[in-house]
Amino acid sequence: MRNRTFTALVFVSAFALIGATLLVKNEFYFQAAYTVLQFVVLATAWNILGGYTGYVNFGTAAFFAIGAYSTVVLYNAFKAPLPLSILAGTIVAGLAGLGVGYLTLRLRGVFFAIATLALSVVLYTFVVNWDYVGGARGAYVLAPREVPFGFSRYTHLLYAAMVLMAATALAVARAVETSKLGRGLAAIRDDELAAEASGVPTLRLKLVSTTLSGALMGMAGTTFPCYLSFVEPSSAFSLNYAVNSIAMPLIGGMMSWLGPLIGALLLGIVQQVVQVSVRSEWNLLIVGALLVVFVTLAPNGIMGWVSAWRRKRI
Amino acid sequence: MEAASIELFVNAIVAGLLLGGFYAAVSVGISISFGMLDVVNIAHPAFIILGSYIAYTVNARFGFDPILTSVVLSPLFFALGLLLYRIYYLCFEKRGQESLRGLAFFFGVLFITEVTLVLIFGVDYVQARTAYTDATERIAGIDFPLRLVVPFFVSLAMVIGLQFFLTRTFFGRAVLAVAQDQLALRLMGVDPVRVKGLAFALSIATAGVAGALLIVILPVQPSIGREYIGLVFAVCVLGGMGSIWGTLVGALVLGTAESFTATFFGPSWAPAVSFGLLLATLAFRPAGLFGR
Repeated sequence: MRNRTFTALVFVSAFALIGATLLVKNEFYFQAAYTVLQFVVLATAWNILGGYTGYVNFGTAAFFAIGAYSTVVLYNAFKAPLPLSILAGTIVAGLAGLGVGYLTLRLRGVFFAIATLALSVVLYTFVVNWDYVGGARGAYVLAPREVPFGFSRYTHLLYAAMVLMAATALAVARAVETSKLGRGLAAIRDDELAAEASGVPTLRLKLVSTTLSGALMGMAGTTFPCYLSFVEPSSAFSLNYAVNSIAMPLIGGMMSWLGPLIGALLLGIVQQVVQVSVRSEWNLLIVGALLVVFVTLAPNGIMGWVSAWRRKRI
Repeated sequence: MEAASIELFVNAIVAGLLLGGFYAAVSVGISISFGMLDVVNIAHPAFIILGSYIAYTVNARFGFDPILTSVVLSPLFFALGLLLYRIYYLCFEKRGQESLRGLAFFFGVLFITEVTLVLIFGVDYVQARTAYTDATERIAGIDFPLRLVVPFFVSLAMVIGLQFFLTRTFFGRAVLAVAQDQLALRLMGVDPVRVKGLAFALSIATAGVAGALLIVILPVQPSIGREYIGLVFAVCVLGGMGSIWGTLVGALVLGTAESFTATFFGPSWAPAVSFGLLLATLAFRPAGLFGR
């Protein structure tokens, strides 16, 4: 399938999904779907760097929070409308991704992973000490009195925005995967030295990859303050985002855009069910345990099973 | 400078050095596992917190000294380390997948340990009670809180002991050899996997003791282990990856830097120090202060 067809198809299904779910009356489902879709964006974004390029990013929360806090800044400055804050947050997080990549990608893979974790804590400390965005107390981002685009509630609008973001993330991931860029990234993942030696511009490709990945993570964060109308550093920088965005692609499969989608839907839905039925701490335990079980026993995830099963049939 | 600010300055240095001594105990395990064996055990701080809670439980129930308890129970941590390395070796190292999946594995172990502690003990802070918890010696206007002094000397003893063990014994030299050239070691008839397993177990055993030191110094809560991730790697990188003396110096530098930041800019900036220092070291001097 050509990328243009795929993108069109993804967006058509996204709009169909928005239209269909507006018939749903129970508010809980909107909330649950919003959270699951947020994980779809984060997992897909993580996979662009982690799965395609082979660099582990522990700093998902940092990029997510950059998106969230750029919304707070724009809200405090002039109560920016939602589309503008989404766009701005995406750009700022993308630039942050570029910067981080430039600073750290010349390091060996492991150091990159540790540096991204470090980035997360440094940014957290800055936000805690930054009074303009509320510091440790947090900040309020109130919904506008009239909901634009003809939605009956503000949460429905945010849900629709998240569906479109998930569609964007999937389209970008698939485009990267099938392009020349994706093949270059795969070469880096398999053997960086060999790729460099055969003329792949490794640093440049890695920078494109960190920028795209960071921008998409930031995008997912931009609606976070609006959704709860309140944001505080410890919730925006929660390490849960980091562990989930790593676990989901690893469980689904990292070689294609479908893997993170499957992983995110599966883990996201399981967590929603656990959240309403037992204590929410169990969520992290389940994610951690599934992560460990899958990396030890099924290194290629669910998609790995599928392709092994297909090979056996032929 | 006025007398008051000189006193503040000296107190900050003393507190920083004492804290740094404790940081050496926290990071020496990472210097072994990450610096020497190339096993990126990002879950090391979680085992430190596990050590804290074990020491706390024994202390609360029977009133035993937490540090002594941890030394007695260190074989338990050693066994845990052996088991963990066995899994890591069979599932990742043997298949050559340690870089990405091995890292994710330890990240998962970190969360499992942390959440299990939350489910058992809850999220409230706990602290051990000892005779020296609240005592402070005051010498020439400088405070020496005993809850920092005792861990400082225990930590120093552990680090010096490890250095002598690694450089003076046959097994210790084998560990250093694994870090340098595995093939050569194999040719000498030593199994590098066995040596790595024992050395990794040793690194986890230090985490148990460091955990007991931690609960003597500060109240502990399951998720504070995360704050130490940056610290242990910062010290390890600063100290030049796998040098025990380097770890000690790196820890003292970091402790002093944090103490100064807390004294002169406010405690809320302190967590950024270790991570900021780590980022700066990685960006500008990846070989560390004492790099090879």
